[in-house]
Formats: sequence, structure tokens, C-alpha cells
Amino acid sequence: MLPEFGYGIALVSFLVALYSLITAVYGATRKSTSMVESARRGMLLTFPLISISAATLIYLLVNNHFEVSFVYEVTSRSMPTYLKVTAWWGGQAGSLLFWSWLLAAFTSAVTLRKWERDFEFLPWVIAICSVTLLFFLGMVIFYENPFTRFWLVNGNVEPHMFQPALATVFTPQDGNGLNPLLRHPGMVIHPPMLYLGFVSFVIPYAFAMAALITGRTDDRWIRLTRRWSLWAWLFLSFGLVLGGRWAYDVLGWGGYWGWDPVEIAAFMPWLTGTAFLHSVMIQEKRGLLKHWNMILVILTYALVIFGTFLTRSGVLSSVHAFANSPIGPAFMIFVSSTFITSIALVIYRWPTLHGETEMKSMLSREALFLLNNLLFMSVLVICFWGVMFPLVSELFTGQKVTVGPPFYERATAPIFAALMFLMGVAPLSAWGHSTLKTLGRAMWKSALIALVVTVILFATYTQNIIALIGFFLIALVLLVTAQEFWRGTRARQRAQNENFFTSLTRLMGRNRRRYGGYIIHISMMLMAIGILGIEVFQSSTQGELAQGESLNIAEYTVKYRELASWDDQGKGVNFTRAVVDVYENGIYLGELTPRIDFYFDSQQNMTIPGNRSTFRDDLYIILVDWQPTTAMGATFKIYVNPLVNWLWIGSMLFLLGVIFAAWPDRDPAEETSRRGVTRHASQPSAAD
Amino acid sequence: MTEEETTNTKRGVPIATQVVVWVFIVGLLALVAFGLRRAQNPMAVVGKPVPDFDLVFYEGYEYNGQKEMKLSDLKGKIVLINIWASWCKPCEQEAPDLQEAWLSYKDGSDVVFVGVDYVDTPAGADEYLTKFNISFPNAPDLKSNISSILNRQMGVPETYIIDRDGILQKIQIGPFASVDDIHSMIQSIE
Amino acid sequence: MKKFLYTLAFIFFLTILFTSAALAQDNIVTDDEVNAVAHQLYCPVCQNTPLDVCPTDACRDWREQIRGMLAEGKTEDEILQYFVDQFGDRVLAAPPVTTTFNWLIYILPAIIILAGAIILFRSLKEWTTPKAVAAGSGAAGTDASSPKDEYVARLEEELKKQK
Repeated sequence: MLPEFGYGIALVSFLVALYSLITAVYGATRKSTSMVESARRGMLLTFPLISISAATLIYLLVNNHFEVSFVYEVTSRSMPTYLKVTAWWGGQAGSLLFWSWLLAAFTSAVTLRKWERDFEFLPWVIAICSVTLLFFLGMVIFYENPFTRFWLVNGNVEPHMFQPALATVFTPQDGNGLNPLLRHPGMVIHPPMLYLGFVSFVIPYAFAMAALITGRTDDRWIRLTRRWSLWAWLFLSFGLVLGGRWAYDVLGWGGYWGWDPVEIAAFMPWLTGTAFLHSVMIQEKRGLLKHWNMILVILTYALVIFGTFLTRSGVLSSVHAFANSPIGPAFMIFVSSTFITSIALVIYRWPTLHGETEMKSMLSREALFLLNNLLFMSVLVICFWGVMFPLVSELFTGQKVTVGPPFYERATAPIFAALMFLMGVAPLSAWGHSTLKTLGRAMWKSALIALVVTVILFATYTQNIIALIGFFLIALVLLVTAQEFWRGTRARQRAQNENFFTSLTRLMGRNRRRYGGYIIHISMMLMAIGILGIEVFQSSTQGELAQGESLNIAEYTVKYRELASWDDQGKGVNFTRAVVDVYENGIYLGELTPRIDFYFDSQQNMTIPGNRSTFRDDLYIILVDWQPTTAMGATFKIYVNPLVNWLWIGSMLFLLGVIFAAWPDRDPAEETSRRGVTRHASQPSAAD
Repeated sequence: MTEEETTNTKRGVPIATQVVVWVFIVGLLALVAFGLRRAQNPMAVVGKPVPDFDLVFYEGYEYNGQKEMKLSDLKGKIVLINIWASWCKPCEQEAPDLQEAWLSYKDGSDVVFVGVDYVDTPAGADEYLTKFNISFPNAPDLKSNISSILNRQMGVPETYIIDRDGILQKIQIGPFASVDDIHSMIQSIE
Repeated sequence: MKKFLYTLAFIFFLTILFTSAALAQDNIVTDDEVNAVAHQLYCPVCQNTPLDVCPTDACRDWREQIRGMLAEGKTEDEILQYFVDQFGDRVLAAPPVTTTFNWLIYILPAIIILAGAIILFRSLKEWTTPKAVAAGSGAAGTDASSPKDEYVARLEEELKKQK
């Protein structure tokens, strides 16, 4: 009964979303306020409806209803309850429902804001959101139904939603269990974060489309969605970082990022989103780049859908697992039609999107922001082409190829270096006008100190040229950014007669986005230190040890003490745990316990490294293999990952920076752009 | 209000640019769609002829005295192609059954068994073939060519049965449960 | 005499070189040597995971194969070539640029990026060339200030606005 109920509610919410779409479009074209109001109510109703459907699924998951095929696939009796709940997004069908639920939540939130001034946007925002919602709910209802049950039909077990004639429900004894890799805490919150990021980018897109459809193509849609974009970007970035941390902790290959197509699929919307956040500022400050912002937000949306399609279906990474799924063509059709329609709209509205001012110099801040956009787009092109190339190659030459890290690293490294250089220059350039001379005057001190730092590093730490270029750029950006804080505070101090800290906090508080942005730049540099460390300086060794033997790497000695292997029936896991003693230059530092967990239900191994983390480096030990009979010999792989901790420190600061920039102001009127003041005489609004 | 302010340059997109943009977008989408189609439609479909491929048998294996042959050379016979690997545990389950079934067809019937070894090392393959005393011809899946034609769906083992006219008739995903299973599947074609 | 010593030293050096090479052949191949080769390979069974860290049985067999080949004295290139011959180009981490088609992976993005750069540069030029009508409405008057303390002036002006 319950599965039918959950399915039925999903179906009802689908119909309600359809109703909202129709009334919204009808209301907009007929200028009927009551129709639009009705559409808005319908949209608000989808959220509780999908919540009920989702709650039903969670109930089924938690209570071991293995007759439901999705429950059978992703849970087992031995799993703890919280993992049974998170198994909701651990499989295809459930995660599509999860996506729908998040989208309904965001859409409801956006329809709840005050709309008085922007009422003509409302129906179209509802329409765009409901089209997306309809697509995902449609996937759930027609293709990937999480409520399907097993039925015994003529002695065969078949999955069906509704009872076939003369069939009885078939309930397996136990489920397959969630893929052990997905049981890590990082993986429990990584997908929701990623999806939050994905889903929240739908909102700026919906506003952009509303602006195009209504012809109100000034920068109002951008100001209305500024916060949304920032939060979306925050979630997406956080999702990516968590994914990296998860990979570092459980995948056992000593790294955090493998340029896997699935990772790249999540990275691509981040690239366009980041470009968007920068170029949006040009439109706000200078009224330029309206076309480009539209294109960026459309690209982001298309890549979000495309990315979901790739992550959920694995069309590129493992073509064959996907072959039977019908959702591929559906996604394909949806992505193509929304993308083509959006681009057609941009072309149609092209004349109204022209810039209002001109640029004054090739070195002005807006010109440098454009360069930044070009660089982000370049990384996007490389990523997209790298992901597509195996497909293209198989199509034209019949030859399967792998496009792995060496390609991406070679192709993107110079671009990332150029981006870092821009981070060092752009904050010093002025909106509207800058010359080489003014830039040079603002920069030379920082550049000189950065050079000195690099020379010191050359003498004491490394002679690697890539690392030295990297460290020079990192030092440059850090210094320039620090100088920005310093000079801003000093200037304010002079003007306001405040003490230094009051000045600093007020300065930052008054211009959250700028100084939040600078915090993000600093955090990016900290992350760059970690990335350089692992990319350039990582070293590793592997060897089979008998008890009491040791391996040496860098200053470390790793001595194998003992190993134990035992079953934990309650958890359904066999643990094999080695204990090693770690010495640095002969001084005892402590023990580490790398282990291998073998999950009975899914018959899969999980390698948990033993990791000793300091600011200088990580000692990362993996238990590769052992001799089960004697428990004597064991093979260890040991990595030394210099500086990698700065990657995680940087990520934390990064989050703070974005939250600082995106945090709602107490008084919205305080937050006005320079043009906004005169042009749109203060429009306080909830979304702002 | 905004309308008046933006009048300075009211140009649309030139037709030429539009054409380039649309060609580019359509090309890109066509590419993805093509790839998708290819992924969804295996080259070998039940009821359709199987595209030809080469077989280069392992050392010590041959068919009718030949060490190399094409699939098309086997026309007129029922061909059972079993895809396996030495690292695959379920393959070990069905290996003795396959060998036993083969012994009953070996002489005087027009049924041929061919083993195709997927992503394996010579040492591993040799050990496996010796362990199970496999005597039907076996060939490595060079450049993963055969498996990509037969479109492996889940992994190994997988078995494909091709009829006398070279048409794919049956696909078995996963190991056979028993010798009888193998016989009945072959008999269903005869 | 000195010359003789040098020759002696040279011969001595050569002998050491040869014997150590011979010794190395008999030596057991270490895991690190195997991994150095394996790191450049991708096994088709575990997509997108380099061979040196892939935990599957298939990959373990591959590593043993590499170990055997290294022990036979095969070079890294020979081993990589062997795997390419056996399993196709996809065992390599990036498409080998041996065919014209594979060059596309580097050339196409380069062309697109270059095209983007040209479009950007031309648009910038167009925008920076002043048009007949005076520049737009909202631009704040930052351009004419004295170059000496332009930055501070700009900031102070912004601060005044914020107040």
C-alpha cells in the first residue's frame, strides 16, 4: 500500500506542477493576476507534496521493505538507520526524487518573496522552475521509479509498480546494501551539497529567462538573483571540496582529484558559475556584458542538467552500465531543447542587451574581468573536450581512448597560472580606467617582495621551476590582497577618524562582496599551496613487510608492528587493521592504523588510510595487501604529501569568505551599487 | 525607461554569426546524441547478424588445425562465445560446466565453443585454462575488440550463442547454473 | 703515468657499470619500480583509476605481469607498448599523439581558446574606441583625478558614498 501511496503523491505533485506551468503562462499572457496567484499557490503546494512522497520512501528505506526494488538495491539489514536515510540519494531513482524535492523547496522559497515591483517576472520564473521540476518528476514517475516492487509472476521475479494479474509480492531476505564507498560521512553530505549547488543555479537561470521573455533586460534580474548565485556557488564549491576530501579519505590513491569525467561534470558548472559571478559585477557597475551574462547563466544551467545526467547515468565513464537505462535520451532531449530555446531567446533579445557605457582602457578592471572570463571559459573548453573526446574517438576511429590527468594537467596548468596572475593584478585596477603606469605603481612593491620570497624558497626549499612560478604567484596575490585590506582601512581611518580595527570591520561590512571576494582569493591561494604540494612534491613507496620490518620515505620510517583481522557481524563488515609505528629521523611520533574494511552485503572492499597530518606534510599509509593465513606479511603503500593540509585549510577559509559575501544585510538599502543608487532608487527586496 | 537609454547601438546578431552559432550547437548536440545512440544500441543485437571479428587462439589451442580465424569462417555452425577472465570468480563457477558440455559436442556435431579472454594477462589465462582443463579453443580479446562488438553489459562472464547463419540468438549474462542450462540453451536454437 | 691512471679508473668505472647492470637484472623488482610503470597505465576494468592504485584482481595480475617483464629486462617503453598492443590505446593515461586524429585533443581546444581571445580582443578594441556620442551615463568620475594618489582618491570617494 505504501509504495502506491508514495507513487501516487509523486504523481499528484507532477500534476500540480503541470497546473502551475499552464496557469503561469496563461496568466502572464492574459495579464491575469489571479491566474498567476493560483500558479504561485500551486508551486507552493509541490514542496509539501514531494516531501510526503519522499517521507514515504524514507519510511520504506528505514523499515527494510526489501520488496521495493530501490530499497533492496541500496540498503541492507546491517546498515545503521542514518545510512538508510541517506541511501535516499545513494541510487539513481532516489536521487532524482531528491533533486525534485530540493528544486521544489527552492522554488517555493523564491515564490514566497515579495514580488510587488517585479510582478511581471513571477509567472515566468514559476514557469521555468516548473518545467525543470516537471522534467525531474517525470523521470521519477515514468522512468526511474523508486517505488517499484518485486512481484512473483509465474515463478519469475519481476519489478512492477502495480500488481500484475495473479502475482504476489516478493520480499527478498536482505538487501544489497549501499556501496561501501558511499557510507563515508563525506559521501553522505557530498551529494546533497552538490545537488543544492546544482538546484540553486536553476533560480538565476529562471530569472534570466523571465527577463528575456518579458523584455525587461536591464540588470534587475541580476540584482534579484545575486544572493542566489552566491549561495548556489557556495554549495557547489563545498560539494566539490567534500568530494575531494572524500576521495582523499576513502579511495586510497593518495590524491583528492582524479580528473574523472564524473568529477569534471560537477566542475564545469562551477567554472561557468565562477565566471558569471565575476562578469555580473561588470554589468552592475558599468552596464556592460549583458549578452555575455545571459549566455553564462544559460551555460551554467545546461551544464548543471548535463552534469546531473553524467553523474547519475555514467554515460561517459562506463557506457555499458548505462545502456539499458531509458533516461539518457530523455535527458538529451531536455538539455537540447532548453539550451536551444534559451539561445534563441538571447538572439531574439540581442538588440536590447547592448551595453550602456563604453570601456575606457584595456587595463580597466572590467577588461581584466573579461580576461578572467576568457580563462575560465578556456578551462571549460578543455574539460568539456576532454570528457567528450573518448566518445568522439570511438565514433570516428572506433578506437577507445582514456583521457586522464596528464592531459588535463598539461592543458589547464598554464591557464590556472594566468588566473592567479590576474588575481594579483585585477584588484589594483580601477573600474573604467587604468594604465600600465598606475598598475605598475600599485604593484611593484608586492611583486618585489614576492620575488624575494621566491628567491628564498629557491635557496632553501625547492629548485623545481613549476613550483617556484606557483609560489611566486601565490605570494604576489597574497601580498596584493593584504595590501588592499591595508590601504582600504588606512584610507577609511583617515576619513573617519576611527581606530584600525573599527575601520577594518566597518570597511569590510560596508562592502561585503568585495572583501568577501578578497577572502576567497586568499583562500584560493592557500588551496593552491596544497595543490602545488601534492602535484609537484608528492613521493611514494611501496613494499611488503614482515612484522618488525620497516620502510623509509623522506625523513620518515614506518615500522610494521602487527595486524589483526576480525568480523563484526553486527555491522556486516570484516575489518583488517594494521598497526605501524612512525618515526621521523629516528624520533618516535606515534602509531597509525591503515585498514581494509570488507563489506559482506555488497562484497566490496574499502581502503581506509592511516594519515598523519601536519602543516608541513601528510604521511598517508595504505594497507594494500596482507597474508590472511599467517597475518605476518603485509604490503603497505606510503605517500608523503607535502603541504596538502593547506588545501583543506584554504577550503574552510573559502567557505567563510563566501558566507561573508552572501550573508544577508540587516538593511538592504545599505547595499547599493553605484549605478543602482541613481537608477533604481533603492528597491529593498527579500531576495537581495 | 531602460529602453530609451539603450538606444545607442540597437543591432541584432548578424545572420552569418547566427548560422555559425547554430551549426556549432547542433553539431555538438548531434555528437552527444550520436554517442548516446551508439551506447544504447549494441553492435550485436539478438536476431541480427554479428559483425565479423578475428580470433587469434592462445598457445596450444586451435580449431580444425587453424591457429587464427575469423568468426565468419564458422558459418554453418552454432557458435557459443563465452567471455571470461582469470580474475573473475563467477567464471570459475561455470568453467567446469562449459568444459563438460563441450566434451559432448566436440565430436561430430556442428556446435563450436569459443572462449574469449577479457582484459587478462597471459600468465593468468594459462593458469586458469590449465586449472579447468579447458579444451575448446580460446583467444584473448585483443584490444578489447570482441567485447566491444558483443557489447558486454554487466561484466564477465557473458555468453553469446550465434546460429548457423551467423545471427545472434541468445545472450547469457552471468554464469550458467548447470551443464543442463548450457545444453538447453543450445538445443533451443537447433 | 697520469694518463694510465685515468684509463685504469675509466676501465674500473666501466666494469662497475656493467656488473651492476647485470646484477640489477637478477635482482628482485621492487614494488616502486612496478608502480612507476603502472602509474602510467589504466586498466579497462576499473575506469579512470591508475593501475598502481587500482585494487581489483585484474589489476593485480597486470602488476605482476609488469613485474615479470621488468625482471626480464624489458624497458618501460616496451612494457607500455606491449599493453597497448594487447588492450588498445585506452590503457594509456592520455591518447597517444601518434595519429592525426588524436592531435585534435590538443589542437581543437587551442583553436577555440584562440578564437575566444580574438573575439574578446576585438570587442575590447571596439568598446575602448570612443564613439561619437559622449560616454555613458553612470560612469563615476574617476578618470580625471590626479595620477599621484588616484587609488586613495577613488577609495575615499567610494567611502563617502557608502556613508
